[in-house]
Amino acid sequence: MKTYEEINSRIESGKAVVLTADEIIAYVDKHGLDEAAEEVDVVTTATFGPMCSSGAFLNFGHSKPKMRITEAWIDDVLAYSGIAAVDLYLGATQLRHNDPANMYYPGEFRFGGGHVIEKLIAGKECQLFALSYGTDDYPLRELRTTFSIQDLNQAIMVNPRNCYQNYNVAVNCSDKPVYTYLGLLEPNMGNITYCSAGQLSPLLNDPFYETIGVGSAVWLAGARGIVYAEGTQHAPTCERNDLGIPTEGAGTLALSADMKQMSSAFVRGVSLKGYGVSLALGIAVPIPVLNKEILRRTTVRDKDITAPVINYGGDYQARNGKVLGHISYADLKNNSVRFMGKDIRVSSMSSYGKALEAAELLKDEIRRGDFHLSRPSAPLPKEQAMRGITMKEPAR
Amino acid sequence: MTTKRLLFIFQKNATEKPVMSYLVRDYNLEVNIYRAMITPAEEGYLVVDVTGSDEDIRRGMDYAKGLGVTVNDREKGLSWNEELCTGCGNCLSHCPTGALKIADPATRRITFEEQLCVECLNCIPNCPYGACSSIFRE
Repeated sequence: MKTYEEINSRIESGKAVVLTADEIIAYVDKHGLDEAAEEVDVVTTATFGPMCSSGAFLNFGHSKPKMRITEAWIDDVLAYSGIAAVDLYLGATQLRHNDPANMYYPGEFRFGGGHVIEKLIAGKECQLFALSYGTDDYPLRELRTTFSIQDLNQAIMVNPRNCYQNYNVAVNCSDKPVYTYLGLLEPNMGNITYCSAGQLSPLLNDPFYETIGVGSAVWLAGARGIVYAEGTQHAPTCERNDLGIPTEGAGTLALSADMKQMSSAFVRGVSLKGYGVSLALGIAVPIPVLNKEILRRTTVRDKDITAPVINYGGDYQARNGKVLGHISYADLKNNSVRFMGKDIRVSSMSSYGKALEAAELLKDEIRRGDFHLSRPSAPLPKEQAMRGITMKEPAR
Repeated sequence: MTTKRLLFIFQKNATEKPVMSYLVRDYNLEVNIYRAMITPAEEGYLVVDVTGSDEDIRRGMDYAKGLGVTVNDREKGLSWNEELCTGCGNCLSHCPTGALKIADPATRRITFEEQLCVECLNCIPNCPYGACSSIFRE
C-alpha cells in the first residue's frame, strides 16, 4: 500500500519507478504482483486518436478602439463568440466556411477547426475575421488581422469528451460503401476498423476509476492538464467481462490544458472523407500504484479486451442496439481478422505508436521529477447510463 | 536484370516523342506503365517500371534526358510523407498490395514499401492526415 504523498515524494527525489502500461505486463510476469507492487510507483497509460468533442477557448485581448465580437472566423472556420467581448471557442469539428461538405459526395473536408488548432500549436499565423453590431463602449464593428498563439492572452484547450474507455469496431454489411468517422467501410464487410489503444489506453487500465477522477493530473499533448469532469456520454453502467473491463464504450473524460505548453506532434487536424473534420490528440494518464489490485488492473492485455462489432451499414444509424459480435484487440492487431466466417482486413484510427511515445514521454517527465500526481478531488460516477434524445411534438 | 521504377517528366515540346518505344527497341528494356497523364499545359508525366541490365537502363535514361525529358528515380507517382504519418493504420485495409504496412508489430509504425506500390492512389483519400499525395491527383 502506498499513498499519493509517498509516491509524490519519491517523484520529488527522482527515485520513482515508472513503467508504461505496455512494459508493466512483462514486468509483473517476471517479478510477480507482490514484488512489483512494492517496486513500481507509477504506470503510464496513453492513447492517440481522433477526439471529437475537443476545442479551444481563445482570448484575444482588446483592439483599439474596443470591439464586442458577435461573429468570428479563424482561417475561415467559425468560432463561437457568445461568451464575452473577446473570448472565442473554436470547436474541433467545425467546417470551414463555404466547404461544400457532402454536396459533392463524398466530401473531402480538407480543413476545419481541428486543423486550425493544429496550426496554432505549431506556432503558425492564423487569420481572425470578426464582426459586431457596435455599442457605445465597444464601437468597432469589423476587424481583420493575423495572429499566432503567442499573441493570445490565453489559449486553453477544453475537451468535453476524450479518452473513450472502449469503442465500437465498425463493419459495413450493406452493399454500398459507407463513409464514417471510423474511415471508409467497404461494402459486404470488405474491411473492419477500430479505434482504441487497447492495453495501453487510460481507462482500460483503471476500469473502475479508482485512481482517475475529477482533478487528476494528465498529460494532454505535452502540457500538464487535468480531468475537469466526467466526460460527456460517460456511461459506466454497461456490460463488463470477468475482469471488469467494459465490452462497449463506457467511461469518458473531460480534459483541459494550456495550449501554449503543447507539442504539435500530438495535436493533428483530421480529415475524414465523406464524414468531416476532427482533431487527433495524444493523451497520457499516470496511474499511481496505490495497491496490488490497482497494479493488477494495469497488466490488462489486448487479448482480454474485446470491443463490440457494429454494422455501420444500417444498425448504427438506426440505433437499434444490435451487436454482431465481439473481437479482442489482440485479434484486431493482425492484418486480417476472421469474423462471421469471413477473413476481413483491418484498419485502425488509433495510433499505438504515438500512444507509446506519449506514455514514454510522461514516464520520462515523472522520472525526472517534473510531473507530480494529484489525488482526485471527486471520483467519476461509477453507475450511470447514457440516454438518447426523445423526439417530441414540436412546440407551437 | 534490374527493375527500376522511374518517373518521366516531359516538357511541352517532348510529349510527342515515343520515348517508350525507343527504350524497348534500341535499349533492350521492358517497360511496364503504371500511370500516365498529360496536363492542360501539355506537360506529360509517366511512371514506368523499367527492366533490363544496369548498363541498358543507364543508357536508356541518358537517351531520354538527351531529349529534354526529366527522369526521376526518387520521386514517384505516390509520395508517402513519414513526418505527416501518425501511424494510425487506417490505410492498411485500403492498400491492395500491402505496400503500406506495419514496420514493427511492437510499435505499429507504418512503412511504405515502394516496390509493392501499384499506384492505385487509394491511400490518398483514406489518409486522415494527408500523408499520401501524388502528382497525378489534386
